[in-house]
Amino acid sequence: MASTQVYTDYHPRWLRRQVSTYWWLEKWAYFAFILREMTCLFVAWFVVYLLLLVGAVAGGAESYQRLLDWSASPWVLTLNAATFLFMIYHAVTFFVAAPQALVVHVGRRPVPARLVLAGHYVAWAAASALVAWIVLRA
Amino acid sequence: MRDRITLQVARYRPEQESEITFDEHEVPCPKDWVVLDGLNHIKDRIDGTLSYRWSCRMGICGSCGMTVNGEPKLTCATFLADYAPGPLRVEPLRNFPVIRDLIVDIGDFMRKLVRVKPWIVRQVEKPLSEGEYLQTPEELDEYKHYSMCINCMLCYSACPIYGLDSKFIGPAAIALAQRYNFDNRDHGAAERMDVLSEHEGIWGCTFVGECTKVCPKHVDPAGAIQRYKLTAAMESMKSFFLPRGA
Repeated sequence: MASTQVYTDYHPRWLRRQVSTYWWLEKWAYFAFILREMTCLFVAWFVVYLLLLVGAVAGGAESYQRLLDWSASPWVLTLNAATFLFMIYHAVTFFVAAPQALVVHVGRRPVPARLVLAGHYVAWAAASALVAWIVLRA
Repeated sequence: MRDRITLQVARYRPEQESEITFDEHEVPCPKDWVVLDGLNHIKDRIDGTLSYRWSCRMGICGSCGMTVNGEPKLTCATFLADYAPGPLRVEPLRNFPVIRDLIVDIGDFMRKLVRVKPWIVRQVEKPLSEGEYLQTPEELDEYKHYSMCINCMLCYSACPIYGLDSKFIGPAAIALAQRYNFDNRDHGAAERMDVLSEHEGIWGCTFVGECTKVCPKHVDPAGAIQRYKLTAAMESMKSFFLPRGA
């Protein structure tokens, strides 16, 4: 495919405006998008934290207690609180976007987007309830 | 309510300027005037050298797309009174080279559009004697909203990905490819996949979602792209697990 530059060789005076490095600060929607993309860093941190937790549990009571003490330090608490908020943001924005990508049909009729969205929230609540039941049962 | 509003209109005259400048004009602001009426008033009564595109004045031709107060808009469907007391800033669409004043070059889109074959591709045409290709209302609903695209380029202007990487094939071209992919008379989905599955095709999209928000015809290009990502991923899985075909 011919590039734009090749096509416009004969029109050198066309004005080409550069996108600012700070384009994501120009509109709230762009900033919200960048925040959503940033949530992947916090998802990664939660995965690392989960692995640390599994390792500590496998290491016995003493290593588990060490992890609990470390987790109670202010900076880990702050990091995990921020991570929790970003994870909620991640989930909510993912759910909002899901009906656009996931067009479900029942028979020949498409399921309304609101129902697809509601289905995600119901699944989220059910999974949370299951985890709560497993944890609180002990 | 004031009966006049100030328009700050972008000017780029390549023979005398290397950057955009702004002219200010006061125009009447009756409640039924759109931004395009204001521009036509300037052109007819104040400065005949102002250049911009327009045609139908009714949201069909897609030629009067401009940036109004920072947002991509069809100027024939954007009322001046909504911006009172003003001022109102009118600029060319972003992410495209500016030819003159409010006119941008959309040649890049036109070349990309052809690549996705936005027409019905048939393996075998049935003879005329067998009549039309009939569709049920449900089959029509599968693609009808994608067919509403008027190539106004507001989605490209709102897309930061296209602004940063002009190789990205872009929202409207992909939505129009999907318009034919979801048409049950079409057999060209496999041919389009070669183009759409490129890195600069659907995978270039990071789902900012602004293309859908600014679309004046409710086409939902962002949805079209995400749906195709699902299709492409499924096809890729199928070719991995069933290399000889299902």
